[in-house]
Amino acid sequence: MTDPVEPAAAGAANPAPPALSEDTRADAPARNQWWDVWDQFKTHKGAVMGASFFIFVVAAVYIGPYIWTIDPTYIDIRARNQGPTWAHPFGTDQLGRDMLARMMAGGQTSISVGLTAMALALFLGTLVGVLAGYFKRIDGLLMRLTDLFLALPLLPLLLVMVMLFRQPLSASFGPETGIFILIVVAIGITSWMPTARIVRGDVLALKEREFVLAARSIGTRPGRMILRHVLPNVMSPIMVSATLGIATAIITESALSFLGLGFPPDFPTWGRLLFDATDFMQQHPERVMWPGLAISLTVLSVNYMGDGLRDALDPRIRGL
Amino acid sequence: MLTYTIRRLLTAIPTLIFISLIIFLLLDMAPGDPTAQLPLTIPPEVREQIRQSLGLGEPVHIRYLLWLKQMMWSEPMFYLSQATGWFDPPETARLISWQTRAPVMDTIFERLPQTIMVVGLSYVVGVLIALPIGIISAYKQYSVFDQTGTFVSMIGFSIPPFFSGVLMIIIFSVSMDRDSFWWFPSIYDTTLVVDSWETFKTQVRQMVLPVMVLALQTTAQISRFMRASMLDNLNQDYVRTARAKGMTESVVVLKHVLRNSMIPVVTVIALGIPAIFGGAIITEQIFKVNGIGQFLIVSIQASDVPSVQTLTFIFAVLIVFFNLIADILYGILDPRIRYD
Repeated sequence: MTDPVEPAAAGAANPAPPALSEDTRADAPARNQWWDVWDQFKTHKGAVMGASFFIFVVAAVYIGPYIWTIDPTYIDIRARNQGPTWAHPFGTDQLGRDMLARMMAGGQTSISVGLTAMALALFLGTLVGVLAGYFKRIDGLLMRLTDLFLALPLLPLLLVMVMLFRQPLSASFGPETGIFILIVVAIGITSWMPTARIVRGDVLALKEREFVLAARSIGTRPGRMILRHVLPNVMSPIMVSATLGIATAIITESALSFLGLGFPPDFPTWGRLLFDATDFMQQHPERVMWPGLAISLTVLSVNYMGDGLRDALDPRIRGL
Repeated sequence: MLTYTIRRLLTAIPTLIFISLIIFLLLDMAPGDPTAQLPLTIPPEVREQIRQSLGLGEPVHIRYLLWLKQMMWSEPMFYLSQATGWFDPPETARLISWQTRAPVMDTIFERLPQTIMVVGLSYVVGVLIALPIGIISAYKQYSVFDQTGTFVSMIGFSIPPFFSGVLMIIIFSVSMDRDSFWWFPSIYDTTLVVDSWETFKTQVRQMVLPVMVLALQTTAQISRFMRASMLDNLNQDYVRTARAKGMTESVVVLKHVLRNSMIPVVTVIALGIPAIFGGAIITEQIFKVNGIGQFLIVSIQASDVPSVQTLTFIFAVLIVFFNLIADILYGILDPRIRYD
């Protein structure tokens, strides 16, 4: 957790020129605002455990395949439906494919969908939020748009979108990339609204502060004002939204896969593995457990991380 | 208050029209063809006539307006005339599903009782469990009870229904003895007619698992809200005043604090009602409850555009309606936020 927080910290915390903030970091690593945040974050046991577990899962699914080199699509029909053995620690599925390898391949897809969709939702939400908060003229329009999106029935629309665009996108980008783009975009454009609302609220409050007035009085243009002065100061709600966004995106992707409307059947994701395993629930209940536990524990760890981050970033709590 | 309510009602209308436009246009692009399922021996010109008769020949905006009229006027009038008999049903054709060739609304009304029974009951159960948990957690902040409650609600947040549901089935349907008390059926039997004590017991037993899965999620969310809201109020000055006046602790907590804390919680409860219909799609699929959520999935898989349009629109109406209720409730309960 140190790595993502620190570098973002030095640049984001001070609205000062980057060269100066580099200096402060090198000379006096001590009392940057983000060190306080990190200190507070460390005291939240659940958050630290969640962060370590999330890093462990990410490492396991991305580095694991280099150590556990069995091909997840290799069919060994003689070894089908095996329980956990040394050759296959998680057992094998009904076609004799190694479950551990499939879990890692599925995790790669699920986590990269989660991260990309979160990034897209965050980008859209921050864009709308900052624009609405900063420019009074388009505030009403953008917030009505946000309200409209919030009133849409999201899961049905997601299902409909996946059904509609599956064929054309698969045809033009290949089945895997096409569905990846489709699912990321679908999740991204249906989950940016909470971020937009929170960011707008914060920007509205920031606009009344003296340093914004000072910056404006020396003739700072709106674009520069947003990038240099406003955006760094709304980082904390954005970061909290980011962690929660990962959790939502992973769950949504798995739900789509579980309903049979996600990735193609031969392309494993955690949701898809869970869906396939439900057919053999009576004979091999453990096969349901692996993907289910992976989804739940990843989401749980991300949620704990978000919880700790929110406490750490809230100055009212940090003071205690 | 009345002007506020009327203003909120009026703003709901353009919202609904806009949402209906989005839903209609999205589904209008659907690749499915209603004549694709018909035998190949039908000559192309007849096939074209069938498409025309389903109303597919008109330009988009005409079809949208016709659909809107049918959704907003013809269908409600039909049911009104059926229910009251004051006037003849409208002459226009009903909204027909491409998949079942039956009126979409009839199918929805057939399936609505199951959804309301399972989903509605689970919501009530969830709220009833969540409120005391939230109150005690806040009153005894950082106690063992609070820590446990936080952990359990975190788990409720994190375990998606498609895993908790499957897990329940494994525990209570697969691994339990068939004769034991703790065995519960994993499939919801809609054909069951409740007419005796025995069938009532069967009905209750088959509702246990889906209700548990849905209630876990509701409990997790509402108890968090209740706790946060109670904590906000417990540190207020009026609480100190009440204690200083010598009121008993139960009066302070249950009368003064609870009433004020309930204001945001009540609106959250109202806002959660349409969301639970959306979440129930997955739960209905797992436990094979043939409610509206399951109907939506079946219609999507069969590219049955009229059914999907109608269902999505009904979900949207529910969301807008309960948003409205939440806003009005907030205005009634907390006079400080009224706009007028």
